[in-house]
Amino acid sequence: MSALLEVEGLTAGYGAAPVLHDVSLSVQPGQIVAVLGANGAGKSTLLRTLSGLLPATSGRVTFDGQDLRGIRVERMVHLGIAHVPEGRGVVTELTVDENLRLGGLWRKPQPSLEPIYELFPRLAERRGHLGHQLSGGERQMLAIGRALAAQPRLLLLDEPSLGLAPKITAQIMGLLRDLRDRTGLAVLLVEQNVRSALSIADQGVVLSLGRIVTRHDAATLVDDADLRHAYLGF
Amino acid sequence: MDRFLFLTFDGLSRGAVYAAFALALVLIWRATRIVNFAQGAMAVATAYVAYSVADATGSYWLGFVVALVAGLLLGAGVERVVMRFVDHSSPLNGVVVALGLVLIIQGVLGMIYGNEFRPATAPFSRDAFEIGGVALLSRYDLFVFAAVGAVVVLLTLLFTRTPTGLRMRAAAFAPDVSRLLGVPVGGMLTLGWALAAAVGSLAGMLVIPTELGLHPTAMDIVFISAFTAAVLGGLDSPIGSVLGGLLVGLLLSYISGYLGATVAPMAVLALLVVVLLSRPDGLFSRSKARTA
Repeated sequence: MSALLEVEGLTAGYGAAPVLHDVSLSVQPGQIVAVLGANGAGKSTLLRTLSGLLPATSGRVTFDGQDLRGIRVERMVHLGIAHVPEGRGVVTELTVDENLRLGGLWRKPQPSLEPIYELFPRLAERRGHLGHQLSGGERQMLAIGRALAAQPRLLLLDEPSLGLAPKITAQIMGLLRDLRDRTGLAVLLVEQNVRSALSIADQGVVLSLGRIVTRHDAATLVDDADLRHAYLGF
Repeated sequence: MDRFLFLTFDGLSRGAVYAAFALALVLIWRATRIVNFAQGAMAVATAYVAYSVADATGSYWLGFVVALVAGLLLGAGVERVVMRFVDHSSPLNGVVVALGLVLIIQGVLGMIYGNEFRPATAPFSRDAFEIGGVALLSRYDLFVFAAVGAVVVLLTLLFTRTPTGLRMRAAAFAPDVSRLLGVPVGGMLTLGWALAAAVGSLAGMLVIPTELGLHPTAMDIVFISAFTAAVLGGLDSPIGSVLGGLLVGLLLSYISGYLGATVAPMAVLALLVVVLLSRPDGLFSRSKARTA
C-alpha cells in the first residue's frame, strides 16, 4: 500500500536554528500515527512545517504522491489535509456555527454541518455561542469538528488533550478511533499524553530534540518495558 | 428650540459622514491593526478624479460611481503595493508609511490640480425645506442619510450573511488559523482595503460639497473628526464607529452653533484627547481593545 503522507529527511526551524533534523516518517491511509516527545522536541514544528506555515529548509514531503513543496497553506485543505493547531485555533470572536461553516467554506457546494453536530451534540446545543464562551473541551471538539467539515483524508492534530480532563480526552481519542475505522481517516497525532495517544495509535514515533529516536508499532511501545523506560519515561 | 432642532439635524447629517469615514477606518484597523492615516488623502484623490469625470461628461452621477470604483482600486493598490510589505513588528511602522502616503498623495494632487480650492457641486439642493415652520433638512441631507444608511446595511449584510464576509472576519481575527482552513487571507486583506477605501471615497464625495470645495487637504479636519469617532467607538467596533460618528457630528454642530464655528476644530481635538485619556477602549467597548 502506498503511503498517504511521506516525509523524507525533513529539516526545518525558525531563523537560522533548525528545530527539526532529518525527520522521516510515513502515514498510511486509515492509520493513526502518534508523534510523542517532551515539550520542545519539535512536535508542533513538524506539523507547522507539514501544513506549510513554516518553510522547510530541506527534505521532501509528498501527500498522495504529490510533492507539497511550494504549495500554499490555504491550498492544503483543498488537497485533503486539515491541521488543528496547538491551542485549538477556535476563532473566539465567531460563533460555534460560524467556526464550523468556516471549515467547509472552500467546498462547493458547501457541506451540511448536521453530521458534525450529530458527532458533537454538545456543539449543537451551543451553536449560537461565541468561541470564547466555550469550555476547553468544547473548543477542542469545535476545532476537530471544524477540521472534519473539510472532509479531509489526513488530520494533523496538535495536542488535543492539552488542558482537558481525562474523561474528555478519552472521549476525543475514542472519537478519532471511530472516525479512522468508519471513514478511513488518517491522523498524525502529536501528543505529550503518551498513554492516551498510544491507546488509539497504530504507530508511535518518538521525537527528541528534533530527531526521531525510535519508531514502533504502538502495541510494541506500550508492551516493551525497556522501550517505555528509555523513550517515554514510564 | 428651533435652533436646537436645526443644529441637531445638521449635526446628524455631518455625523453620518463621519460615521462612514470612521467605519472605513475601523474596517482596516480590524483587519490589519493599522490606522489608515492616508484615508483622507486617498478619498480626496478619488474625489478629484470623480469631479474631473463629472466636469468632462456633465454627469455628477457618473463621477460619483467613478469615485467609488477609484476608491476600490486605490485601496486594493495601496494594500498590494505598499502595506503588504510593511514590517508589522512595530505598530508605528504602518502609521509612518500611511503618513508618508498622505504627503505623496497630497503632493501629487497639488502638482496635477493646483493647491487652491476648486468648487465642488452637490447633486441636490442644500437649502433646507421647512417641516412645521422650521427649516430642518435639505434634500442633500436626505441623500447623505440614505447613502450612509445604505453602506451600513450593505456592509452588515456582507459581513454577517455571506461566505465572503465570514472569510473576511475570520482572516482579520485569526489569520493563521484561517489559512489552515483554506481562507485566502491575502486576498481578504486586499478586499478589505478596497471596500474601506471605497467607503472613504463615498464619505469624501458626501462631505466635500458641504465644505470649501476640492483641495488636496480638504479631508484633513474630517479625518480628525472621523478618527475621534472611531476611537470613541472603540476602533474595533463597526457599530461603535457609526454611533461615535453621529455623536461627534452632533457635538460639533452644537459647538459651532452656540460657541462659534472657529471653536469646533479645537473641540474635536480636545474630545480626542479626553477620550484617549479616560476611555482609550472607547465608550461602548465591553472587552479590552487589543494592543496592536
